[in-house]
Amino acid sequence: MQQNTPMNTPSKRRVLGPCSHVLVAANTGSWRLERPEVDAELCVRCGTCARYCPTACITVHKEGDPLDFDWNYCKGCGICANECPKQALTMVPEGGDD
Amino acid sequence: MAVKMFDGNGAAVEAIRLARPGVIAAYPITPQSSIAEHLADEVAAGRIDAEYVRVESEHSAMSVAVGAQLTGVRVATATASVGLALMHEVCGVAAGCRVPIVMPVVNRSLVAPWSLWCDHSDTMAERDTGWLQYYCANVQEILDLTLCAYRIAEHEDVMTPAMVCLDGFFLSHSMQRVDTPDDEAAWDFVKPYVRKNMYLDTNDVMFINDLCPTDEHSEIKYQQYVGFQEAARVTKEVFAEYEERFGRKLHTVESYRLDDADVAVVTIGSMSGTGKYVVNQLREQGVKAGLLRICMFRPFPAEEVAEALKNVKVIGVVDRSAGLGAAQGPVCTEVKAACCGTSSKIFGFCGGIAGRDISDGSFRKIFGELTDVAEGRSETCERWFDVKPNAMNIREVDVPC
Repeated sequence: MQQNTPMNTPSKRRVLGPCSHVLVAANTGSWRLERPEVDAELCVRCGTCARYCPTACITVHKEGDPLDFDWNYCKGCGICANECPKQALTMVPEGGDD
Repeated sequence: MAVKMFDGNGAAVEAIRLARPGVIAAYPITPQSSIAEHLADEVAAGRIDAEYVRVESEHSAMSVAVGAQLTGVRVATATASVGLALMHEVCGVAAGCRVPIVMPVVNRSLVAPWSLWCDHSDTMAERDTGWLQYYCANVQEILDLTLCAYRIAEHEDVMTPAMVCLDGFFLSHSMQRVDTPDDEAAWDFVKPYVRKNMYLDTNDVMFINDLCPTDEHSEIKYQQYVGFQEAARVTKEVFAEYEERFGRKLHTVESYRLDDADVAVVTIGSMSGTGKYVVNQLREQGVKAGLLRICMFRPFPAEEVAEALKNVKVIGVVDRSAGLGAAQGPVCTEVKAACCGTSSKIFGFCGGIAGRDISDGSFRKIFGELTDVAEGRSETCERWFDVKPNAMNIREVDVPC
Protein backbone atom coordinates (compact mmCIF):
# COMPACT_ATOMS: atom_id res chain seq x y z
CA MET A 1 0.00 0.00 0.00
CA GLN A 2 2.61 2.54 1.04
CA GLN A 3 5.25 3.70 -1.41
CA ASN A 4 7.97 4.34 1.09
CA THR A 5 10.95 4.51 -1.23
CA PRO A 6 12.79 7.83 -1.33
CA MET A 7 13.01 9.39 -4.75
CA ASN A 8 16.02 7.67 -6.26
CA THR A 9 17.46 10.58 -8.20
CA PRO A 10 20.57 11.67 -6.25
CA SER A 11 19.48 15.31 -6.35
CA LYS A 12 16.09 14.53 -4.79
CA ARG A 13 15.10 13.27 -1.40
CA ARG A 14 11.86 12.43 0.32
CA VAL A 15 10.06 15.19 2.24
CA LEU A 16 7.32 14.26 4.71
CA GLY A 17 4.33 16.52 5.31
CA PRO A 18 2.68 19.33 3.38
CA CYS A 19 5.03 21.47 1.28
CA SER A 20 5.66 22.35 -2.33
CA HIS A 21 8.28 23.91 -4.57
CA VAL A 22 5.82 24.18 -7.46
CA LEU A 23 2.23 25.15 -6.83
CA VAL A 24 0.50 22.25 -8.54
CA ALA A 25 -2.25 21.87 -5.95
CA ALA A 26 -3.87 25.16 -6.96
CA ASN A 27 -4.42 24.48 -10.65
CA THR A 28 -7.55 26.65 -10.74
CA GLY A 29 -7.87 26.23 -14.51
CA SER A 30 -9.42 22.83 -13.81
CA TRP A 31 -12.47 24.58 -12.32
CA ARG A 32 -13.30 26.44 -15.57
CA LEU A 33 -16.79 26.05 -17.07
CA GLU A 34 -16.55 29.05 -19.42
CA ARG A 35 -13.54 30.68 -21.05
CA PRO A 36 -13.04 34.25 -22.29
CA GLU A 37 -12.61 34.77 -26.03
CA VAL A 38 -11.24 38.02 -27.39
CA ASP A 39 -12.44 39.83 -30.50
CA ALA A 40 -9.15 41.19 -31.89
CA GLU A 41 -11.03 43.79 -33.96
CA LEU A 42 -12.62 45.40 -30.86
CA CYS A 43 -9.70 45.03 -28.39
CA VAL A 44 -7.67 48.25 -27.89
CA ARG A 45 -5.00 46.53 -25.72
CA CYS A 46 -5.82 48.83 -22.76
CA GLY A 47 -4.99 46.11 -20.17
CA THR A 48 -8.10 46.64 -18.00
CA CYS A 49 -8.86 42.90 -18.15
CA ALA A 50 -5.33 42.00 -16.98
CA ARG A 51 -5.51 44.42 -14.05
CA TYR A 52 -8.84 42.99 -12.82
CA CYS A 53 -7.95 39.31 -13.38
CA PRO A 54 -7.91 37.71 -9.87
CA THR A 55 -5.40 35.06 -10.93
CA ALA A 56 -3.22 37.47 -12.97
CA CYS A 57 -3.29 35.09 -15.89
CA ILE A 58 -3.80 37.55 -18.77
CA THR A 59 -0.84 38.89 -20.75
CA VAL A 60 -1.44 41.93 -23.05
CA HIS A 61 0.75 42.12 -26.17
CA LYS A 62 1.65 45.32 -28.01
CA GLU A 63 1.67 43.53 -31.37
CA GLY A 64 0.10 40.46 -32.91
CA ASP A 65 -2.63 38.65 -30.96
CA PRO A 66 -3.74 41.15 -28.30
CA LEU A 67 -4.20 38.77 -25.33
CA ASP A 68 -2.81 35.49 -23.96
CA PHE A 69 -4.49 33.55 -21.16
CA ASP A 70 -2.74 31.08 -18.86
CA TRP A 71 -5.29 28.27 -19.07
CA ASN A 72 -3.68 26.51 -16.04
CA TYR A 73 -5.00 29.27 -13.81
CA CYS A 74 -7.91 31.00 -15.63
CA LYS A 75 -10.94 29.67 -13.72
CA GLY A 76 -13.45 31.27 -16.07
CA CYS A 77 -14.83 33.78 -13.58
CA GLY A 78 -15.76 36.30 -16.30
CA ILE A 79 -14.52 39.42 -14.52
CA CYS A 80 -12.39 40.34 -17.54
CA ALA A 81 -15.45 40.23 -19.83
CA ASN A 82 -17.46 42.34 -17.40
CA GLU A 83 -14.76 44.98 -17.03
CA CYS A 84 -13.73 45.29 -20.70
CA PRO A 85 -14.65 48.90 -21.81
CA LYS A 86 -15.01 47.78 -25.45
CA GLN A 87 -16.99 44.55 -24.83
CA ALA A 88 -14.21 42.75 -26.70
CA LEU A 89 -14.36 39.68 -24.41
CA THR A 90 -17.09 37.05 -24.52
CA MET A 91 -17.49 34.08 -22.22
CA VAL A 92 -18.01 30.85 -24.16
CA PRO A 93 -18.84 27.48 -22.61
CA GLU A 94 -16.03 24.94 -22.35
CA GLY A 95 -16.63 21.68 -24.14
CA GLY A 96 -19.33 22.92 -26.56
CA ASP A 97 -22.80 24.31 -26.03
CA ASP A 98 -24.45 21.28 -24.38
CA MET B 1 28.12 13.11 36.12
CA ALA B 2 27.29 15.42 39.02
CA VAL B 3 24.54 15.34 41.61
CA LYS B 4 22.61 18.62 41.51
CA MET B 5 19.49 19.82 43.27
CA PHE B 6 16.66 20.80 40.97
CA ASP B 7 12.94 21.27 41.19
CA GLY B 8 11.07 19.81 38.22
CA ASN B 9 11.13 23.04 36.25
CA GLY B 10 14.84 23.42 36.99
CA ALA B 11 15.50 19.92 35.65
CA ALA B 12 13.61 20.80 32.46
CA VAL B 13 15.68 23.98 32.06
CA GLU B 14 18.90 22.03 32.66
CA ALA B 15 17.95 19.46 30.00
CA ILE B 16 17.12 22.27 27.55
CA ARG B 17 20.46 23.99 28.33
CA LEU B 18 22.30 20.73 27.67
CA ALA B 19 20.56 20.44 24.28
CA ARG B 20 21.82 23.92 23.26
CA PRO B 21 18.75 25.47 21.58
CA GLY B 22 19.31 28.39 19.19
CA VAL B 23 15.88 29.98 19.60
CA ILE B 24 13.64 30.11 22.68
CA ALA B 25 10.04 31.35 22.62
CA ALA B 26 8.09 30.81 25.82
CA TYR B 27 5.16 32.56 27.45
CA PRO B 28 4.98 32.26 31.24
CA ILE B 29 2.05 30.49 32.87
CA THR B 30 1.75 28.95 36.33
CA PRO B 31 3.17 26.41 37.12
CA GLN B 32 5.50 26.56 34.10
CA SER B 33 6.64 30.17 34.77
CA SER B 34 10.00 29.35 36.28
CA ILE B 35 10.94 27.45 33.10
CA ALA B 36 10.32 30.57 31.00
CA GLU B 37 12.10 32.74 33.59
CA HIS B 38 15.13 30.53 34.08
CA LEU B 39 15.58 30.01 30.34
CA ALA B 40 15.73 33.82 30.09
CA ASP B 41 18.29 33.88 32.92
CA GLU B 42 20.42 31.28 31.14
CA VAL B 43 20.37 33.30 27.90
CA ALA B 44 21.15 36.55 29.75
CA ALA B 45 24.08 34.90 31.54
CA GLY B 46 25.43 33.48 28.27
CA ARG B 47 24.98 29.87 29.35
CA ILE B 48 22.60 29.29 26.44
CA ASP B 49 23.57 30.91 23.13
CA ALA B 50 20.03 31.52 21.90
CA GLU B 51 17.70 34.21 20.61
CA TYR B 52 14.95 34.62 23.25
CA VAL B 53 11.77 35.79 21.52
CA ARG B 54 9.32 37.54 23.87
CA VAL B 55 5.98 36.46 22.48
CA GLU B 56 2.53 37.68 23.47
CA SER B 57 0.83 34.28 23.80
CA GLU B 58 1.33 30.55 23.64
CA HIS B 59 -0.18 30.52 20.15
CA SER B 60 2.66 32.82 19.11
CA ALA B 61 5.23 30.86 21.10
CA MET B 62 4.52 27.68 19.17
CA SER B 63 4.30 29.62 15.88
CA VAL B 64 7.78 31.05 16.51
CA ALA B 65 9.02 27.60 17.51
CA VAL B 66 7.74 25.98 14.31
CA GLY B 67 9.07 28.73 12.03
CA ALA B 68 12.45 28.91 13.74
CA GLN B 69 13.04 25.16 13.87
CA LEU B 70 12.19 24.91 10.15
CA THR B 71 15.26 27.06 9.44
CA GLY B 72 17.39 24.29 10.94
CA VAL B 73 17.90 25.16 14.59
CA ARG B 74 16.79 23.43 17.79
CA VAL B 75 14.05 25.42 19.53
CA ALA B 76 12.85 25.45 23.12
CA THR B 77 9.45 26.28 24.54
CA ALA B 78 7.29 25.09 27.43
CA THR B 79 3.75 25.60 28.63
CA ALA B 80 0.90 24.41 30.85
CA SER B 81 -2.87 24.13 31.06
CA VAL B 82 -4.82 26.78 29.11
CA GLY B 83 -1.53 27.83 27.53
CA LEU B 84 -1.38 24.42 25.90
CA ALA B 85 -5.04 24.76 24.93
CA LEU B 86 -4.28 28.10 23.24
CA MET B 87 -1.38 26.41 21.46
CA HIS B 88 -3.58 23.58 20.21
CA GLU B 89 -3.92 24.83 16.63
CA VAL B 90 -0.20 25.32 16.14
CA CYS B 91 0.63 22.05 17.91
CA GLY B 92 -1.13 20.40 14.98
CA VAL B 93 1.03 22.38 12.55
CA ALA B 94 4.24 21.24 14.28
CA ALA B 95 3.05 17.64 14.14
CA GLY B 96 1.75 17.68 10.56
CA CYS B 97 4.82 19.50 9.24
CA ARG B 98 7.01 17.00 11.12
CA VAL B 99 8.87 19.66 13.13
CA PRO B 100 10.42 17.67 16.00
CA ILE B 101 10.03 20.22 18.80
CA VAL B 102 10.56 18.96 22.36
CA MET B 103 8.31 20.73 24.85
CA PRO B 104 8.02 20.25 28.60
CA VAL B 105 4.37 20.60 29.62
CA VAL B 106 3.72 21.23 33.30
CA ASN B 107 0.39 19.53 33.92
CA ARG B 108 -2.33 21.80 35.29
CA SER B 109 -6.10 21.58 35.15
CA LEU B 110 -8.08 23.22 32.35
CA VAL B 111 -10.90 25.71 32.99
CA ALA B 112 -13.53 25.83 34.39
CA PRO B 113 -13.24 26.27 37.36
CA TRP B 114 -10.02 28.24 37.24
CA SER B 115 -7.28 26.30 38.93
CA LEU B 116 -3.52 26.50 39.20
CA TRP B 117 -3.07 22.90 40.27
CA CYS B 118 -2.22 19.57 38.76
CA ASP B 119 -4.26 17.19 36.75
CA HIS B 120 -3.82 15.75 33.27
CA SER B 121 -6.79 17.38 31.51
CA ASP B 122 -4.45 19.68 29.55
CA THR B 123 -2.18 17.07 27.96
CA MET B 124 -4.92 14.45 27.64
CA ALA B 125 -6.81 16.95 25.48
CA GLU B 126 -3.77 16.95 23.16
CA ARG B 127 -3.33 13.20 23.08
CA ASP B 128 -4.40 12.79 19.44
CA THR B 129 -2.74 15.96 18.09
CA GLY B 130 0.21 14.05 16.66
CA TRP B 131 2.72 14.61 19.48
CA LEU B 132 4.65 11.96 21.35
CA GLN B 133 3.85 12.08 25.09
CA TYR B 134 6.02 10.94 27.98
CA TYR B 135 4.81 11.29 31.60
CA CYS B 136 7.44 11.72 34.32
CA ALA B 137 7.25 10.04 37.73
CA ASN B 138 9.96 12.12 39.44
CA VAL B 139 12.34 15.02 38.86
CA GLN B 140 15.21 12.81 37.69
CA GLU B 141 12.99 11.49 34.90
CA ILE B 142 12.24 15.02 33.69
CA LEU B 143 15.93 15.48 32.89
CA ASP B 144 16.34 11.96 31.49
CA LEU B 145 13.20 11.92 29.36
CA THR B 146 13.75 15.44 27.98
CA LEU B 147 17.25 14.52 26.82
CA CYS B 148 15.94 11.29 25.28
CA ALA B 149 12.97 13.10 23.71
CA TYR B 150 15.34 15.14 21.50
CA ARG B 151 16.87 11.96 20.13
CA ILE B 152 13.52 10.24 19.62
CA ALA B 153 11.62 13.18 18.13
CA GLU B 154 14.47 14.16 15.80
CA HIS B 155 15.15 10.59 14.58
CA GLU B 156 14.73 10.51 10.80
CA ASP B 157 12.18 7.69 11.02
CA VAL B 158 10.10 9.56 13.62
CA MET B 159 10.23 13.33 12.89
CA THR B 160 7.42 13.95 15.37
CA PRO B 161 7.30 16.55 18.18
CA ALA B 162 7.30 15.40 21.79
CA MET B 163 5.71 16.58 25.04
CA VAL B 164 7.49 15.74 28.26
CA CYS B 165 4.66 15.93 30.80
CA LEU B 166 5.43 16.71 34.44
CA ASP B 167 2.87 17.12 37.19
CA GLY B 168 2.44 20.74 38.24
CA PHE B 169 3.78 21.51 41.75
CA PHE B 170 4.07 17.80 42.67
CA LEU B 171 7.09 17.70 40.35
CA SER B 172 7.55 21.21 38.95
CA HIS B 173 8.13 22.74 42.39
CA SER B 174 9.47 19.70 44.23
CA MET B 175 13.22 19.93 44.95
CA GLN B 176 14.96 16.59 44.40
CA ARG B 177 18.47 15.32 43.77
CA VAL B 178 19.22 14.81 40.10
CA ASP B 179 22.17 12.96 38.61
CA THR B 180 23.14 15.33 35.82
CA PRO B 181 25.47 14.47 32.95
CA ASP B 182 28.21 16.99 32.29
CA ASP B 183 27.83 19.28 29.29
CA GLU B 184 30.07 17.34 26.90
CA ALA B 185 28.63 13.92 27.73
CA ALA B 186 25.09 15.23 27.28
CA TRP B 187 26.01 16.95 24.00
CA ASP B 188 27.62 13.75 22.75
CA PHE B 189 24.30 12.01 23.44
CA VAL B 190 21.82 14.65 22.22
CA LYS B 191 23.99 15.68 19.23
CA PRO B 192 23.75 18.88 17.15
CA TYR B 193 20.42 19.56 15.45
CA VAL B 194 20.29 18.51 11.81
CA ARG B 195 17.32 19.42 9.63
CA LYS B 196 16.12 16.23 7.99
CA ASN B 197 12.89 17.26 6.30
CA MET B 198 11.33 20.41 4.84
CA TYR B 199 13.03 23.71 5.63
CA LEU B 200 12.83 27.48 5.32
CA ASP B 201 15.71 28.84 3.28
CA THR B 202 15.65 32.11 1.32
CA ASN B 203 18.07 30.60 -1.20
CA ASP B 204 15.88 27.58 -1.86
CA VAL B 205 12.30 28.60 -1.27
CA MET B 206 9.65 26.11 -0.27
CA PHE B 207 5.97 26.68 0.52
CA ILE B 208 5.25 24.89 3.81
CA ASN B 209 1.84 23.88 5.14
CA ASP B 210 0.08 24.81 1.91
CA LEU B 211 -3.47 23.76 1.10
CA CYS B 212 -3.39 20.02 0.58
CA PRO B 213 -6.02 18.48 -1.68
CA THR B 214 -8.19 15.56 -0.62
CA ASP B 215 -6.29 13.20 -2.88
CA GLU B 216 -3.11 13.61 -0.79
CA HIS B 217 -4.32 14.39 2.73
CA SER B 218 -4.79 10.74 3.72
CA GLU B 219 -1.26 9.97 2.58
CA ILE B 220 0.24 12.72 4.74
CA LYS B 221 -1.74 11.48 7.78
CA TYR B 222 -0.51 7.97 6.95
CA GLN B 223 3.06 9.30 7.03
CA GLN B 224 2.41 10.52 10.60
CA TYR B 225 0.94 7.13 11.51
CA VAL B 226 4.13 5.45 10.29
CA GLY B 227 6.16 7.96 12.32
CA PHE B 228 4.33 6.88 15.49
CA GLN B 229 4.88 3.19 14.67
CA GLU B 230 8.61 3.90 14.35
CA ALA B 231 8.62 6.03 17.52
CA ALA B 232 7.77 2.99 19.64
CA ARG B 233 10.88 1.18 18.36
CA VAL B 234 13.15 4.25 18.43
CA THR B 235 12.10 5.07 22.02
CA LYS B 236 13.36 1.68 23.19
CA GLU B 237 16.61 2.04 21.26
CA VAL B 238 17.24 5.51 22.70
CA PHE B 239 16.35 4.39 26.25
CA ALA B 240 18.81 1.48 25.88
CA GLU B 241 21.56 3.81 24.69
CA TYR B 242 20.80 6.23 27.55
CA GLU B 243 21.10 3.44 30.10
CA GLU B 244 24.38 2.34 28.57
CA ARG B 245 25.81 5.88 28.70
CA PHE B 246 24.36 7.19 31.96
CA GLY B 247 23.37 4.08 33.89
CA ARG B 248 19.70 4.84 34.42
CA LYS B 249 16.94 2.59 33.10
CA LEU B 250 13.97 4.34 31.53
CA HIS B 251 10.64 2.72 30.81
CA THR B 252 7.91 2.86 28.22
CA VAL B 253 5.83 0.99 30.80
CA GLU B 254 7.17 0.02 34.22
CA SER B 255 5.95 -3.17 35.88
CA TYR B 256 6.13 -3.20 39.67
CA ARG B 257 5.58 -6.50 41.53
CA LEU B 258 3.17 -7.66 38.82
CA ASP B 259 4.48 -11.21 38.26
CA ASP B 260 2.09 -13.00 40.61
CA ALA B 261 -0.32 -10.13 41.25
CA ASP B 262 -4.07 -10.76 41.64
CA VAL B 263 -4.95 -7.06 41.85
CA ALA B 264 -3.11 -4.16 40.27
CA VAL B 265 -3.41 -0.48 39.57
CA VAL B 266 -2.30 1.29 36.40
CA THR B 267 -0.85 4.72 37.09
CA ILE B 268 0.61 7.63 35.16
CA GLY B 269 2.78 10.50 36.38
CA SER B 270 3.80 11.46 39.91
CA MET B 271 1.10 9.41 41.66
CA SER B 272 3.08 6.26 40.81
CA GLY B 273 5.52 6.46 43.71
CA THR B 274 2.67 6.58 46.22
CA GLY B 275 1.09 3.62 44.44
CA LYS B 276 4.29 1.57 44.76
CA TYR B 277 4.51 2.45 48.46
CA VAL B 278 1.00 1.08 49.00
CA VAL B 279 1.79 -2.03 46.93
CA ASN B 280 4.72 -2.71 49.31
CA GLN B 281 2.46 -2.24 52.35
CA LEU B 282 -0.18 -4.59 50.95
CA ARG B 283 2.44 -7.21 50.05
CA GLU B 284 3.57 -7.20 53.67
CA GLN B 285 -0.03 -7.93 54.62
CA GLY B 286 -0.15 -10.85 52.17
CA VAL B 287 -2.19 -9.12 49.42
CA LYS B 288 -0.85 -9.98 45.97
CA ALA B 289 -0.84 -6.38 44.72
CA GLY B 290 1.06 -4.87 41.81
CA LEU B 291 1.36 -1.71 39.76
CA LEU B 292 1.92 -0.79 36.14
CA ARG B 293 3.14 2.72 35.39
CA ILE B 294 2.63 4.13 31.92
CA CYS B 295 5.44 6.47 30.97
CA MET B 296 5.06 6.56 27.18
CA PHE B 297 1.42 7.42 26.50
CA ARG B 298 1.88 8.34 22.82
CA PRO B 299 2.55 6.10 21.02
CA PHE B 300 0.50 3.95 23.42
CA PRO B 301 2.43 0.72 24.13
CA ALA B 302 -0.67 -1.50 23.89
CA GLU B 303 1.14 -4.81 23.45
CA GLU B 304 3.43 -4.20 26.42
CA VAL B 305 0.47 -3.22 28.60
CA ALA B 306 -1.47 -6.33 27.61
CA GLU B 307 1.56 -8.55 28.24
CA ALA B 308 2.29 -6.99 31.63
CA LEU B 309 -1.31 -7.29 32.85
CA LYS B 310 -2.25 -10.64 31.29
CA ASN B 311 -2.31 -12.62 34.56
CA VAL B 312 -3.86 -9.97 36.80
CA LYS B 313 -7.43 -10.79 37.82
CA VAL B 314 -8.73 -7.32 38.67
CA ILE B 315 -7.19 -4.08 37.43
CA GLY B 316 -7.90 -0.49 38.43
CA VAL B 317 -6.79 2.28 36.07
CA VAL B 318 -6.30 5.64 37.75
CA ASP B 319 -7.04 8.64 35.54
CA ARG B 320 -6.02 12.09 36.70
CA SER B 321 -8.61 13.76 34.45
CA ALA B 322 -12.38 13.60 34.33
CA GLY B 323 -12.83 12.16 30.84
CA LEU B 324 -16.27 13.77 30.75
CA GLY B 325 -18.81 11.90 28.69
CA ALA B 326 -16.38 9.14 27.76
CA ALA B 327 -16.96 5.46 28.43
CA GLN B 328 -13.84 5.65 30.64
CA GLY B 329 -11.10 8.16 31.39
CA PRO B 330 -8.44 8.48 28.67
CA VAL B 331 -5.88 6.14 30.26
CA CYS B 332 -8.50 3.53 31.14
CA THR B 333 -9.93 3.65 27.62
CA GLU B 334 -6.48 2.81 26.24
CA VAL B 335 -5.80 0.06 28.79
CA LYS B 336 -9.19 -1.55 28.13
CA ALA B 337 -8.57 -1.49 24.40
CA ALA B 338 -5.10 -2.98 24.92
CA CYS B 339 -6.44 -5.76 27.18
CA CYS B 340 -9.50 -6.51 25.03
CA GLY B 341 -9.90 -10.27 24.82
CA THR B 342 -8.20 -11.04 28.14
CA SER B 343 -10.19 -12.31 31.12
CA SER B 344 -9.07 -9.49 33.45
CA LYS B 345 -11.74 -7.28 34.98
CA ILE B 346 -10.81 -3.64 34.42
CA PHE B 347 -12.28 -0.68 36.31
CA GLY B 348 -11.63 3.02 35.73
CA PHE B 349 -10.94 5.35 38.66
CA CYS B 350 -11.00 9.11 38.43
CA GLY B 351 -9.45 11.47 40.95
CA GLY B 352 -6.56 13.72 41.83
CA ILE B 353 -8.37 16.54 40.04
CA ALA B 354 -6.86 20.05 40.14
CA GLY B 355 -4.23 19.31 42.76
CA ARG B 356 -6.23 17.03 45.05
CA ASP B 357 -3.64 14.67 46.47
CA ILE B 358 -3.77 11.02 45.45
CA SER B 359 -2.60 9.80 48.84
CA ASP B 360 -1.60 6.40 50.19
CA GLY B 361 -5.12 6.30 51.64
CA SER B 362 -6.57 6.78 48.16
CA PHE B 363 -4.61 3.82 46.82
CA ARG B 364 -5.53 1.66 49.84
CA LYS B 365 -9.20 2.42 49.15
CA ILE B 366 -8.81 1.58 45.45
CA PHE B 367 -6.98 -1.68 46.20
CA GLY B 368 -9.70 -2.48 48.77
CA GLU B 369 -12.39 -2.18 46.09
CA LEU B 370 -10.35 -4.23 43.62
CA THR B 371 -9.76 -6.95 46.22
CA ASP B 372 -13.50 -7.04 47.01
CA VAL B 373 -14.18 -7.76 43.33
CA ALA B 374 -11.35 -10.31 43.13
CA GLU B 375 -12.74 -12.20 46.15
CA GLY B 376 -16.36 -12.04 45.04
CA ARG B 377 -17.65 -9.62 47.68
CA SER B 378 -18.51 -6.97 45.08
CA GLU B 379 -19.35 -6.71 41.41
CA THR B 380 -18.08 -3.23 40.62
CA CYS B 381 -16.02 -0.26 41.81
CA GLU B 382 -16.88 3.37 42.46
CA ARG B 383 -15.51 5.41 39.53
CA TRP B 384 -14.80 8.69 41.35
CA PHE B 385 -12.65 8.45 44.46
CA ASP B 386 -12.03 11.00 47.22
CA VAL B 387 -15.13 13.01 46.26
CA LYS B 388 -16.99 14.76 49.05
CA PRO B 389 -20.38 13.15 49.73
CA ASN B 390 -22.11 16.53 49.42
CA ALA B 391 -20.62 17.21 45.95
CA MET B 392 -23.94 18.35 44.48
CA ASN B 393 -24.61 20.86 47.25
CA ILE B 394 -21.34 22.70 47.91
CA ARG B 395 -22.80 26.03 46.73
CA GLU B 396 -26.12 27.40 47.99
CA VAL B 397 -27.87 30.74 47.64
CA ASP B 398 -31.02 32.05 49.29
CA VAL B 399 -34.11 31.59 47.15
CA PRO B 400 -35.75 35.00 46.56
CA CYS B 401 -39.39 34.99 47.66
